[in-house]
Formats: sequence, structure tokens, C-alpha cells
Amino acid sequence: MTVIDDRPAGVLGTRMLRREDPALLTGEAKFCNDLNLPGALHLAVLRSPYAHARIRSIVTDEAAASPGVVAVYTGADLMSQWASPMPSAWAVTADMKNPAHYPLATGKVAYVGDGVACVLATTDAAARDALDLIVVDYEPLEAVVDLEDALSDRVVIHDDLGTNKSYTWDLKIEGHEGQVDEAFAAAAFTVKERYVQQRLIPMAMEPRAVAAVPQPFGGGMVLYSATQIPHILKVMTALTLGIPEQQMRVITPSVGGGFGSKLDVYAEELLCVALARKHKLPVRWNEERGEGTVATTHGRGQIQHVELAADADGKLTAVRIRLLADMGGYQQLITAGIPLLGAFLYAGVYDLPQAYDFSCTGVYTTLTPTDAYRGAGRPEATYAIERAMDSLADVMGIDPMELRERNFIQKEQFPYTAMTGLTYDSGDHLLAMRQAAELSDYAGVRERQKTQNVAGSTKLLGIGQASYFEMCGLAPSRVLASLNYSAGGWEAATVRILPTNKIQVVTGTSPHGQGHETSWSMIVADKLGVPPEDVDVLHSDTAISPLGLDTYGSRSLPVGGVAIAMACDKVIDKAKKIAAHQLEANEDDLEFAGGAFTVKGSPDRTMPLAAIAFEAFTAHNLPDGLEPNLEAQVTYDPPNFSWPFGTHICTVEVDTETGQVTVLQYVAVDDCGVQVNPLIVEGQVHGGVIQGLAQALFEEAVYDTEGNLKNASLAEYLVPAASDVPSLTLGHTVTPSPTNQLGVKGIGEAGTIGAAPAVINAVVDALSSLGVHDMPMPASPHNVWKAIHAATGNAQGASK
Amino acid sequence: MIPAAFDYVRAGSTAEAISLIGQHGDEAKFLAGGHSLLPLMKLRLAAPSVLVDIGRVSDLSYIRDGGDHIAIGALTRHMDVETSALLAEHVPLLAHAAGHVGDPQVRHRGTIGGSIAHADPASDLPATTLALGATYVAQGPNGTREIAAADFYQGFLESALEADEMLTEIRVPKMQGAGWSFQKFNRRAQDWAIVGVAAWRRNGSSGVALVNMGSTPILATSVSGALSQGASVADAAQLAAEEAEPQNDLNASPEYRVHLAKVLVRRALEEASK
Amino acid sequence: MKISVTVNGTVHDSDVEPRTLLVHYIREVLGLTGTNIGCDTSSCGACSVHVNGEAVKSCTMLAVQADGTAITTIEGLATDGQMHPMQQAFMENHGLQCGYCTPGMVMAATSLLKENPHPTEAEVRLGLEGNLCRCTGYHNIVKSVLAAADK
Repeated sequence: MTVIDDRPAGVLGTRMLRREDPALLTGEAKFCNDLNLPGALHLAVLRSPYAHARIRSIVTDEAAASPGVVAVYTGADLMSQWASPMPSAWAVTADMKNPAHYPLATGKVAYVGDGVACVLATTDAAARDALDLIVVDYEPLEAVVDLEDALSDRVVIHDDLGTNKSYTWDLKIEGHEGQVDEAFAAAAFTVKERYVQQRLIPMAMEPRAVAAVPQPFGGGMVLYSATQIPHILKVMTALTLGIPEQQMRVITPSVGGGFGSKLDVYAEELLCVALARKHKLPVRWNEERGEGTVATTHGRGQIQHVELAADADGKLTAVRIRLLADMGGYQQLITAGIPLLGAFLYAGVYDLPQAYDFSCTGVYTTLTPTDAYRGAGRPEATYAIERAMDSLADVMGIDPMELRERNFIQKEQFPYTAMTGLTYDSGDHLLAMRQAAELSDYAGVRERQKTQNVAGSTKLLGIGQASYFEMCGLAPSRVLASLNYSAGGWEAATVRILPTNKIQVVTGTSPHGQGHETSWSMIVADKLGVPPEDVDVLHSDTAISPLGLDTYGSRSLPVGGVAIAMACDKVIDKAKKIAAHQLEANEDDLEFAGGAFTVKGSPDRTMPLAAIAFEAFTAHNLPDGLEPNLEAQVTYDPPNFSWPFGTHICTVEVDTETGQVTVLQYVAVDDCGVQVNPLIVEGQVHGGVIQGLAQALFEEAVYDTEGNLKNASLAEYLVPAASDVPSLTLGHTVTPSPTNQLGVKGIGEAGTIGAAPAVINAVVDALSSLGVHDMPMPASPHNVWKAIHAATGNAQGASK
Repeated sequence: MIPAAFDYVRAGSTAEAISLIGQHGDEAKFLAGGHSLLPLMKLRLAAPSVLVDIGRVSDLSYIRDGGDHIAIGALTRHMDVETSALLAEHVPLLAHAAGHVGDPQVRHRGTIGGSIAHADPASDLPATTLALGATYVAQGPNGTREIAAADFYQGFLESALEADEMLTEIRVPKMQGAGWSFQKFNRRAQDWAIVGVAAWRRNGSSGVALVNMGSTPILATSVSGALSQGASVADAAQLAAEEAEPQNDLNASPEYRVHLAKVLVRRALEEASK
Repeated sequence: MKISVTVNGTVHDSDVEPRTLLVHYIREVLGLTGTNIGCDTSSCGACSVHVNGEAVKSCTMLAVQADGTAITTIEGLATDGQMHPMQQAFMENHGLQCGYCTPGMVMAATSLLKENPHPTEAEVRLGLEGNLCRCTGYHNIVKSVLAAADK
């Protein structure tokens, strides 16, 4: 079923302004580093300047005697604090090699930035001044920077593992063995490509910050953290530190963006709790940006080998994928599983009934650990298939749009069970692509190319697209089990109607910019027929919201939001019993609309929710056996992923003399199912697209051969500013998800997923007449110039 | 990021500033807008023991008509250079280039004198004033002296200023209707140039200087020489990097820099010739 | 060293270490935590405040340099509980998501409009070159500033 612009009536689907904004706009919102904690000690961490070294000795005396310093600790000093090593929640294979590591390294360091000692002092300045006085004697060892070099085991990083290979994970499709080879043998066309997903630094604008506050009289520990995952963090800190879970409380104040980088359990969180416990004082740490570039997880970092086979019509017959994924120095929380989140998506939006072969090998390097970064596995997969589709179109000599149209899963085929075993809920790729083509004047650009891209021209026009499916709504718990993930994917919600008919919603999602308070209040207002301003949304404090699995993977709406809607239903069911009792009617004869129950056919026999709420509170006249109060909790485990989709089209002009790429237009047509708040949906797409575009054109963590990050600041790591990126043209289609009552799919990562391949396809398209067929990311002026130089033998325009 | 501790003294006049820097010796630094020095101090790449704040020496913030030149007080902020009507009329290249320094917040604090005294080859104004044939005025304990821009830049972040001297004025010849162009090639607007070109052209004369093409701002004398002998813009631009010693960094190899310099000098001269 | 600074209309006489950055003075001494710190290199603009009416990066200025100046922080922009038109425009155009860059962005944008009351889209984009945002892709920030200019 596809409906365009069919927004539901009422508050749902309106462009409601965000209730989060006034506090943020006036500076009243408190981020973690804004908390006033009198008497708190400040933590600073001494980090390894070597990518790979043995620690011979650490001398801390001078630092310990420095003014304001309370204590200095090495890794060895704190070993007794840990009940277990740093947590890794995703052992993707039974034999995955995962070196034990602790918040401070002992013995060896495995990346520049690995913590080796820490200082507690009365001020941040005193703590950081004292770091300079700690003397560490290192025995430097060879760095391992390159993934293929790492796999060769020329230098083994973790002595106890004996190899740098962490795992190889295969997606085996039973009963189809051999079909891939057959398909390639029989193919009319094949392409074989190697793509590099460069390392990216997430760079949430708020650096990480942590404060651990011991409660009086042995009353446990409150951990404030700039995290996406208060609930998971609570469990993990309890386990890692040996604190009874009921004594751990995690609170996330306002959080300044995450993008996956705050989806982790970090050394500094564990250190703050351990030292607060030890010193019986609050301990806080705030990350400096330069420090964060090496101490906070990175994203991407894959080498992708992609092969496609197609028949004479260009219909795909097989996909073969071999990945090499960079773990970095250690496993962080879900490092190993990130590539697997894309494993199912390498056939993209295409009908591939025959043969699919995926294998990923994870290797350790002496670099900052990788982990989730916006899209997490899915942008990589989409990039690979969408770039390879353009290569296939090039080989066949047909328009890439034509090739995609021939291969799309047709809307009538949904729900569509792919070879990989997953079922795509709904979609209409042709519709989205046609809308994008129209908005971008695809045909017109192709015409303009004929006059602009002629011999001698130094301003070449290119247009490129990417059509994507995103695996969202993480996740059905049983599917996670089959992937060896050690948690579920449900989400919890409580809806509580207070005696005066004001509503409290408790959610297990943990927003950091997504506007959940606004959107969740809209869902409740729509369900219960109350004004959204009567609904308060409570979140991000494990004492108030004890159950939850937090915010990542575009899961909050399709899992958490749906849970809220279901909890509303449960409250309505209970209210109905009270209404039936008081109206002396049969429950079946009551209908609920506009916030009131009415006996069908008797409009005067009606009872508003407000009256029922008060009856439920006084409990003076409730049906026999019914508990007082109106409150319901739901824990929702989604039956399937949700599958947002869309087509992005980018138009660029490339200055072949300088290599500069200018984006002339960017069109994104996304379908996230029913939109709860289009204002917020558009914002998510805007931000996502620019982050993807930044991967395509600007960003890369650059290392030297010694494993030093060469661009460890925002002055050198090029997060683009407003001056450097275009405005965006958005369209959308609405194809509701049939698997949840709201019809929603999620939108947090879609923009990022579509953008990088659309931009690079456009750049390659512009340069195709010069013989350029691939472009490394980022397509920086220098890289573009080198690619032109390599293809033409001289840089065009260089030496006329 | 907190700088290492230092002593702070404030100068009320140029003479006092010179006296203070003389008293405190090599470990002291002048602080003007602070937009070159403070970032280095925060990263602890610089740790002067004394800062002599000259930010309040108000008699060094001016833009005056000096007859054949415009005189600019060293403490004139980039924003004031950018928006000066006098400069727009007589030295539009400099006003335009000042608008490319850093970002608006930086231009509200940073000063032309600070930028030139810092002698960063990647900065816009050292190369621009070099192209324009500016003269810098320095004041020391023994009085003032004039230093030609062409003699001022001596090495990476090294200038002809003595330790006890202070840059007080920048004198830029009026352009007298010369065509001009400023080409700044960078990846983000706020960044330093990967390569930049400041150029002007009038009849047979020209001035071309390069940003970030060596350890100092580079005067492309071969280009001007070729033009004066009647070479075409395209041919002259081929000599763009003759005087340069481009370095390798994250954004560009030396070869790419040389190539960019040729392209940008050609474009600059084409624009300046219109 | 003793300094006297007027912040959001109130005169503060303080004794500060010379190395105290203006942003730390504002946040830690005055307790005005709306001004954020996002980098170490004067790149991100999250710490932008107005000094004598112009946007500056308070991480690249010493508190002692601010002696005698009038400073406005994000907390001082609203009057009588009414958000400034720029704040309103950001709200109405969804010009913020996580809100961390927002105070600096708003301070830079108000300074921009003071200097150029009716900018084009390109001028807004260039005028905000010193402020980084990771959430919005800038689209709605630019829209917000243009809307505020029209008010």
C-alpha cells in the first residue's frame, strides 16, 4: 500500500514545534559538564603517545606531589577495582578473539590515546597540569595501521591472541551453496570493485563528560554521563565494577549529540565510578576535543570487495561480498557487530532471488577502537551496492537509473522475504526514485551534460543517485540472538494518567537531539485525546525509567514510540472498564474518541477520561477486582525490523583544474512510513545527509605509519560548516509499515545512508568522460586531482 | 584546554609596551587580539612567561590616508580593515583579503599587526601586503624604522622584528585603479588557505604573492617579471611556483600545491586583467 | 588580577588568574553554563558570546582581556522572559536538535544580522563559517537566520 501525503488527522503528522527548544535556546538546559557538584574531584587521564608499546615503568611521585593533586593511579593500582574487563556485548562468533582490556592499560598499549594513568585533583587545571609530571618508560613497538598488513600478522598486537584476526563471520544461506559460483560463471556482465570506507570521527558537538556521585550512607552511586545508553550503561557498570545493580543509577542530562559515539561503555565512566567509590567523593571528567579524537570511538574503517553478476538484461544474479573490518586496538561495546548490521543489505533494494555470499573478517590494528557511527554498517553496505550498480551500468552502457528500475523489488512483492532470510515490510522504490528524478530534473541534467561535458571543458557536470533500504527498528530480540548479540531489542513504556488527567509517559528511549519529548507527547495526545501539553515525557534516568534499551539505530520511534502507543491502548482498556461500570453499559457498547467514552447510539451517555482518571484515583466506585489508578506498562519486542527507504540524487560540478567538487543540488526523497512530526523528520534527513556528504567530500581520520592521528582537532578534521555545504531539497513518500500500529519506520540514519554513494556516483559520473571510474572518499580536491591525473596521464588544465 | 600559567602586564601606550617587553626579555610576548598566540598557548605549543597586553593601546587602531599610501595602525582589527571605506577606495585587495581571514568572530578580535608580526606563511594578510609592496613600521627602544615587506619574512614564523621591537604601522601603497584578485583555495571557508594568491596588475606592473607555498609568504617575482616583458597571463602563470618551496601536509602534496599555484595565479591574473 | 566586567547587564568584579579563558570565567566563576565548549582550537564557535556587541569566541580570549567590556551571553539575550527574535526563529524553523552548538550559533547569528541586517542565503552561510553543528546539516539554521532577518 502506498499513499502519498496521507497524513493522519489530529495532532499526529503536524509540524509541532519542539518543547525541548526553549531550555536549549536560552542556555538553561544542563549538559553533563554544566552540573554543579561542590567538592567534586577532577579526573584527568594520561594517554599513550605510542600506538603500540610495552609499558616498562610508570613513575608518579612528582605528579602526586603537584599542587591540588589528591591521587595518581596506574592501571596496576586499579586492577582490584574491576570485577571484569571492559565490556564487549557482541561476540559475533563463538571463537571470536577478544583481548581482555581494562580502563587503564597494563603491560601494553594498543593505540595512541590508550589510558595508562590518571590523576585526581581538586581542579581540572591541576589534574591536567599533573599529567605532564608522570613519567612513563615505553618500549615502542611497530604500529599496525593498515588492515591488510594487520591481517598478515607481520606484527601481532595482542600477544595472548597470537593473531590480529578477531573473527570471520559468514552469512551462509542453506541450500544455496555453489549457486554464487554458478551465477558468476553464467553471468553476461560482472563487476568487481574494491571500496575503502575511510575511518571517520563522529565529533558530536558535545565532548563526552562524566560525573560519578556516591550517595550518602552507602546508598549506591549516581553516574551522570553524556551517553546515549543510560540503561545499558547501568547494567554494564554494575557488572564491571561489581556494584549491585540496584545501587547503580544512571542519569543523562541534556546530551549534545551522539551519532553512535556515545553508544558505548567508556573507560572514563568506569574510572569515575571506581574512584568515587574509593574516595567517597564525587569524581568528574570532561573530555577535551583533541583528547576525544583519539579516546572516543571512531566509525567506518572497512575495505570492501564487491562483486556483482548480472544477466544480459542487467538483472542481478549474484552478489559476493568480502569485508575486512578495522576493530582498532580493542573491542568496545559492539565493535565486532557493526559490519554485520550491514551484512543483509548488500543486495540493496534489488530483487535478488538466486545467490548471495557475504563474509566479514574483523582485524585489530593499533588505532582507536571503532564502533557505531550514524548508520553503523548500513551506510557501508549501501555505498558498496550503489557504487557497484553504477559500475555495472557503466559496463553495460546504460543509464544507472534504468539499471535500477530493472532490478527494483516491485511494490507488489512486499512483504518481500530476501535470500538473507529477512522480510522487508513495505516499499515502493520506483515511486521514490521517480519523485527524486523529477525534483532533480534528472533528464534535464543529462541534457546539459551533452553541451557542458565536452572536450576541453574544465567544469564537468555529474549526477548520481543512491536508492537504499535501511534496516531500522533495532531489533527483534530473537534475531539479535541469532547474531549472538548479548541483549534484546525491546523497548519499554509506561503511560500514567494522574488524578487531574495530566499524563506522565515514561520511556526507555534516551534522546540526545531527536525531540522525543515532543514526538512522544504527540503520540499520547493522539491516542488519548488530550492536548500534547498535558503530557510530560520522563526519560534518561534509570531510577525514573528503570526499563529500557536506549536510543540508537533509528529504533526509538518504531520500537519505543510504538510501545507508548500500546501502553496507551492498555490504559484505554482499563479506563473502559471503569466507564462501563459507571455508565452501566457493556464495554462492547462503548467507543473512545476525543478523550471520552460514549455509549454507541446514546451521545448523552458519555464519560470523559478526566472523570475516569479521578474515579480511578479515589477508587470509590470501581468495578469489583479492578486495581485503582490508571497506569499501564508495555514492553514491546518488535516482530520485525522496519525498512525505511528512498532515493537520493546529487548533482555536482567538478573543477578539473583544481579538483574542487561543488554540489549544485541535493535531492532526498525518503519514506519512513507514517511521519509523526514532519518538522523533526526533515531535520533528521538534513543532518543525516550532510553527515553522509561530509564522508563523501570532507572527512577522514588520517594516520601516519607510526599510528599517530594527524588531524586530531576540529581545525584539521574537516567537519563542514554552513559555508561549505548546500541547502537541500526534500521530498517524501509515505508507505506505512504494516508491522506496527503507527505505521512508522524510523528516520535517524537514512540521510547518512543515501548521501555518500549519491555524491560519489555524481563525482564519478562527472569525470567518466576523462576515464575516471572510481573515486576514493573523501573526494577532496587533492584526491580528485590525483584521480584525474591518474586517468588522463596529466592533470587537465595544469600545463596548457 | 588551559594555557600554562604566565604573568600578565598591560601596556597603555606604545612606549610603555616597548619598555615592558624590554624589561621581561625573551620569555615575554606581545598580546594583541590573541588569535594567533592564544590557540598555541592553549595547546601548550607556546608558553611565554609574561604577556604584554597591547590590546588597549588605542592610538594604534586607525586607517589613515598617507598621500601615496594608506597607513594602518597595527592594532586595527581585521573587521575594520575589511569594512574600511578608505581601503575599499584605495586598496580594495587588502580590504577584500581581510574578509577572508578566519571567521567573523576571529575578525572581531584579530589584528592586522598581530597577523603580520606572527609571520605565518599560511595567513592571508602577510602575503597580501607583500604583493602590494607594503612597508611595515617597527618601533623599538631606539626609535622607529621602516621594513619593506619583501625584507620582513625571514623564516617560518620568523620576522625581521627584534625581540624588543613592536610593529606599529602598515603602510600600503594606493593601488591607483589597478586590477586585482584574491584567490583563496581551501576546503572549508574558515580554514587557512591550501594555496592562496594575492595579485594586482596595472599597465606593465604587477604584484603577485602566494599564501602557504613555503616557510614564508612568497613573492612570485618570476611571474611579474614575465608579465613586464610581455608574457601572456597563461605563460606567466606557469612560473607561479618558481620562488616557492611548497610543503607536504594533510591537504596537499608539494606537486599539487605547485599545480594549484599555477592555476590560481592564472585565474588571479585573468581577473586582475579585466 | 582584578577585573570588572559587565555581563548581561550586571557588573561583576572578580579576581582571576591571568590564564583564565573568558569562557571558563563565564561558566565557572559566573556560573553561566549556557555558553558551551566544543573544541580546543577556535574552530567550532560553540563558545561564542558578544563582547561590546560583537560575536567573539570566548575560548580565544583571556578574562583579563575582557576587563571593562560589556558581555552578552545566551542567558542575556531574552528580555522579560520573551525569547529574542533569533531564538524564536530557531524554534519556529527547527534550527536546533541537540542544542549544544545552539547558544554559540544564536550569538553568531545575532551579531551577523547586526552587521548585515538583510543577508542573502549565501551571506548567512558564509557569516556562520566559524560555527560547527553536527545535527542539523545547517539547512534549518540558515532558514532560521533568514526568517529572523525578515522579522
